[in-house]
Amino acid sequence: MATRPARRSLAERWLPHPLLTVVLILLWMLLLNSFTVGGFVVGAFLGIVIPIMTSSFWPGRPPIRAYRKVFAFLLLVAWDVIVANVQVAWLILFRRPEDLRMRWVTLPLELESPEAITVLAGTITMTPGTVSSDLSADGRALLVHCLDAPDAEAAVRTMKTRYEARLKEIFP
Amino acid sequence: MNLIVEFVISTLIVLGGIFALVGSWGLLRLPDLMARLHAPTKATTLGVGGALIASMLYFLAVEGTLSIHEILITAFLFLTAPITAHFIAKAHLHGQPESVRALPPTGQSRGWSTFDTPPPEPAAEDSPAEDSQR
Repeated sequence: MATRPARRSLAERWLPHPLLTVVLILLWMLLLNSFTVGGFVVGAFLGIVIPIMTSSFWPGRPPIRAYRKVFAFLLLVAWDVIVANVQVAWLILFRRPEDLRMRWVTLPLELESPEAITVLAGTITMTPGTVSSDLSADGRALLVHCLDAPDAEAAVRTMKTRYEARLKEIFP
Repeated sequence: MNLIVEFVISTLIVLGGIFALVGSWGLLRLPDLMARLHAPTKATTLGVGGALIASMLYFLAVEGTLSIHEILITAFLFLTAPITAHFIAKAHLHGQPESVRALPPTGQSRGWSTFDTPPPEPAAEDSPAEDSQR
């Protein structure tokens, strides 16, 4: 047998999910709240063992293409969360509940990977006046509840251009 | 200098408190469950966020240590809040079967997953989502 495939399968066996390993080590160090060598060793141990033990639960690992775009997306969402908070607080305090134009809207999805749809649904829930409530049975549309949407089409357009288009670049 | 830091920290705490209060007030004031769901998923995140940033600033400026637990709390909050809201919404729809008539059509061949079954397996294998399901 050639050495190359053997080496690759070794790496696959011991590091089935490198990103998860990094995240786990980072998470462990953050939990410790201080940097010690002993803590790092335990973190590295957990970071290697947990992905191996759970690798069968991670069938598809969508490759993330653009990490810079991930960062830009996170910043955009953080800003939108702040705006969303102020908007919803304003609606709660100063609008009579009868005057709220609540409605359901259907958001047709272009994203296909479950991970990307999960991120989109979470983002929609955290941002202005919208909560994602259900997915169509074939996974091609998202049911979104709007707290105050005078124009359903405009709301859908905003969600598609602001979040889905960016996620489509991140998740190929 | 110290006064400025204390001022900023107390402002953040008060702001966070106000947003948390408004979120809870929204729970009482809004008319039905779906509307009430908006208040805790949003207004409260900034409430907690303000308190967490104030906490980080306090440890950085007053105690002189960098505390990063707050970042973890934020991350976990952002992971759990949308999922909780999604499940509450689904349970609400599920508990009221007549509510399906109030929902907009999916625009797809299948209905909403709370009320409809997923497409049969062979059809799923033809779809481009196949890769991610394997």
